[in-house]
Parts: sequence; C-alpha cells; structure tokens
Amino acid sequence: MVEIRGELREKGKSKLQTSLMAATGVKVYGPPLSTAVSRVLGCLLEKDVQFQLIPINLAKGEHKKPDFLKLQPFGQVPAFEDEGLSLFESRAICRYICEKYANGGNKGLYGTDFLSKASIEQWLEAEGQNFNPPSSALVFQLAFAPRMKLKQDEGVIKQNEEKLAKVLDVYEKRLGESRYLAGDEFSLVDLSHLPNAHYLVSATNRGEMFTARTNVGRWWGEISSRDSWKKVVEMQKSPPGA
Amino acid sequence: MKLHGSPISTAAQRALVALYEKELEFDFVVVDMSKGEHKSESFLSLNPFGQVPAFEDGDLKLFESRAVTQYIAHAYADTGTKLICRNEKQMAVVSVWMEVEAQQFNAPSTALAWELFYNPMLGIVTDPKAVEENEAKLAKVLDVYEARLAKSKYIGCDCFTLADLHHLPILQILMTTPVKAAFESRPNVSRWASEILSRPAWKKVVALRG
Repeated sequence: MVEIRGELREKGKSKLQTSLMAATGVKVYGPPLSTAVSRVLGCLLEKDVQFQLIPINLAKGEHKKPDFLKLQPFGQVPAFEDEGLSLFESRAICRYICEKYANGGNKGLYGTDFLSKASIEQWLEAEGQNFNPPSSALVFQLAFAPRMKLKQDEGVIKQNEEKLAKVLDVYEKRLGESRYLAGDEFSLVDLSHLPNAHYLVSATNRGEMFTARTNVGRWWGEISSRDSWKKVVEMQKSPPGA
Repeated sequence: MKLHGSPISTAAQRALVALYEKELEFDFVVVDMSKGEHKSESFLSLNPFGQVPAFEDGDLKLFESRAVTQYIAHAYADTGTKLICRNEKQMAVVSVWMEVEAQQFNAPSTALAWELFYNPMLGIVTDPKAVEENEAKLAKVLDVYEARLAKSKYIGCDCFTLADLHHLPILQILMTTPVKAAFESRPNVSRWASEILSRPAWKKVVALRG
C-alpha cells in the first residue's frame, strides 16, 4: 500500500479501482419492496457500485430489534454500511454514494459542475418536501393498506390526491421546458421519484395522474425504462433471502 | 445576492439565518403573501411552486430553503461560520441528520406549530387529536435526538452545521408553546436547543421577525 493524496491505495491501482474494490463492502439492509430501500438500490445500480443486500423481515419486526436499531435508530429501512461508515435516510445515502463513487457508472448523476449540482439540490428538496409526502401517503393508502388488510382513509386519499395534482402541474410545466427535472440530463432527482411513482402507476388506479399529463407522462416513460430501474423492479419481484 | 421572502415564514428564516451565519451581504426582498405576491407570474419564475423563499446569486436562481442553505454553505465555505464538514465521512453523517430534520422532525413539529401557534392567531380552533398524534411522533424523534446528543455535541457532528441550523425556525416557535416541555424534559436535547437558539445569527432573525 502507498499513500496517494492522503489515501492508502494498492500500488498501481487508480482511485476508481480502489473504490470499486472497496465497494464490495457496501451493504444495504432492507427489503427491495420498500420505497426508500429501492431509492438506494437504484442509485447503487446507476453508479455501478457492487453491494450486498441484506434482507430485513419487516413482518417479523426485525427492524425494531436492538441490533438493527444500532444501525438505524428510528427502526426504519434502509440502513447502509460502507467501510465502517454507518448511514441511514435514503436521500443522504444516495448523496454519499454519488460523492464517494463520483467516477463510477453515471458520472453526471449528482451534477457535473457547481451550477448543475445546485439545481439538483433544489429539485431533490422539492421531491423530499413537496412530492414525497402526498405520494407516500397515496402509495400507503392505495397500494399497501389493501395488501396489509388495513382500512383506507378516504379523506386522506382525497387530500393527498389534490396535493399531488398541484405538484404534478408544476412538473408538467417544468418538463415542457426541460427534459428532466433538474436539467437536460437524468439525475438523482428523477431517480428519487421512481419508487413512489412506480407504485402509483403499477399498483394503483391513479397512474393516470402521471400518464395523462403529456410532459410528465413522457418523463415517466423515460425514467422508468432505465436499465437500473428495471433491475430494481426485478429485485422487488424476487427479493433475495427473506 | 437576493433573498425573496417574508420575515415570518419559517422557510425564509431558515435561509436568512444561514446568510447571517455566513456574514454575507444580501438584499432581503419582502414578498407580501397576504396580497398573494408569491403566486404572481414574476415570483413563479423564481419558484414554480409559489412558495417562499426564492434566492438569487448572480445568474443562479434557487428555491427550497434547504437547497439555498446548502448552496451558501458550499459556495462560501471559507466565509463566516463553517456550516459543513470538509471531511467526506463526517459530511455524510451530517447529511444523514439533515435528512432526519427534513423527513422526521419537520412534519410533526410543523403540524404542532400550526395547531398551537398559527391557528390560534388566525382564530382557528386547535384540533386536540392532531396535537396528540403529532406530540407522540415528535416524542419518538426527540428520544432519538436525546441518545444522539449524548454522543455528539451537535446533531450532525461536534460542530454547529446545517443539520442544527435547519431546526431553528420551528424550534423557536415550539419553545413558545406547551410543546417546549418535550424539549426541556430531555437534558441533552434541552442543552442543544438552548445553545443553538442563543446564537447571535439566529437572534438577528428573531429581531427581524418582530
């Protein structure tokens, strides 16, 4: 090993090679069916980062056990480890993956320069603050509650449909001016939308909210047909272990 | 540099306190929300969601307060208070706690702020069920914070960062309501809350708010 710019590397290996070698240490904990877990999986696949998916059985309450709470104190999935660093919150994990493995896979996923990164951060926050709450509520009410034999709340459904419609109206205008939300390249922003949108389009009868809006529909078609997302969907259909 | 917003908007306050911490020169362009200025065509060109704040730095236009603070913290890293960590691993952990604020703390605390602070001012009746539900959610979050702050001086790492700063606007409001008991009854949370609320940059924002 030699020290190159403050990092220990195997002599003759580039930073990229060293990163990819270390990447086999990446562990994601949680079921691929979880929207937050699938967000991280999508990011790892876009960045060509090797990882190990460790199943967590939510039905058996594995996410509330002491060993898991050490990794994720809120008892939620995903949890994530890489080279001794323990992280949680899917969007924080995605940002970390993009920074750490900047040279891997889709290099522009988190922006190629300062300005593109600022635009991505702005739309990532918009996803987290404006799109996520109503879409998550609808995914739970319409896709998960029936499967879990839980009673649906019509009031909650209506309220969140209205909120989501307003957000999608903004997206409709934006996507008439820009190919993807943050700019003309696919980014972490678009990726971040995939988990919830996927369930709404494929597992509920509200898919029209996306497909009936011209520009949103076009955007949805493009982002959902990316190889990385298709792999995530496959993983959701046949999860490892569990 | 321009910040468009209202001094009483918690999101605008979040951006303001970051600008003050970084000791940056900027114009605060007041948006009169009571007149619907935030829904005007010109404002929508700055923030298509019709929400405050909006931010301009030269040709760069940004919305979402937490994106504005991140931009300022990185673009002006060497000015004023360092609100981020240079070390990649530490920054990743700070980033986790920034998401915790945005995804875990924000919703129940904002709901409580509405029920216990804004609604009474607007003559809207407080919903005790909403208060109970959100107090329970907030309690779970604060239990995690209590354990975290036993190991870490600030929420993200051992120095004051955006992860702490993002809490300030709603924290300030909650401390003027009965919910303050939830903070004061947890020793580490109480220590942390008092420290960050007493920072000079935050006091400037409170003074501006009136």
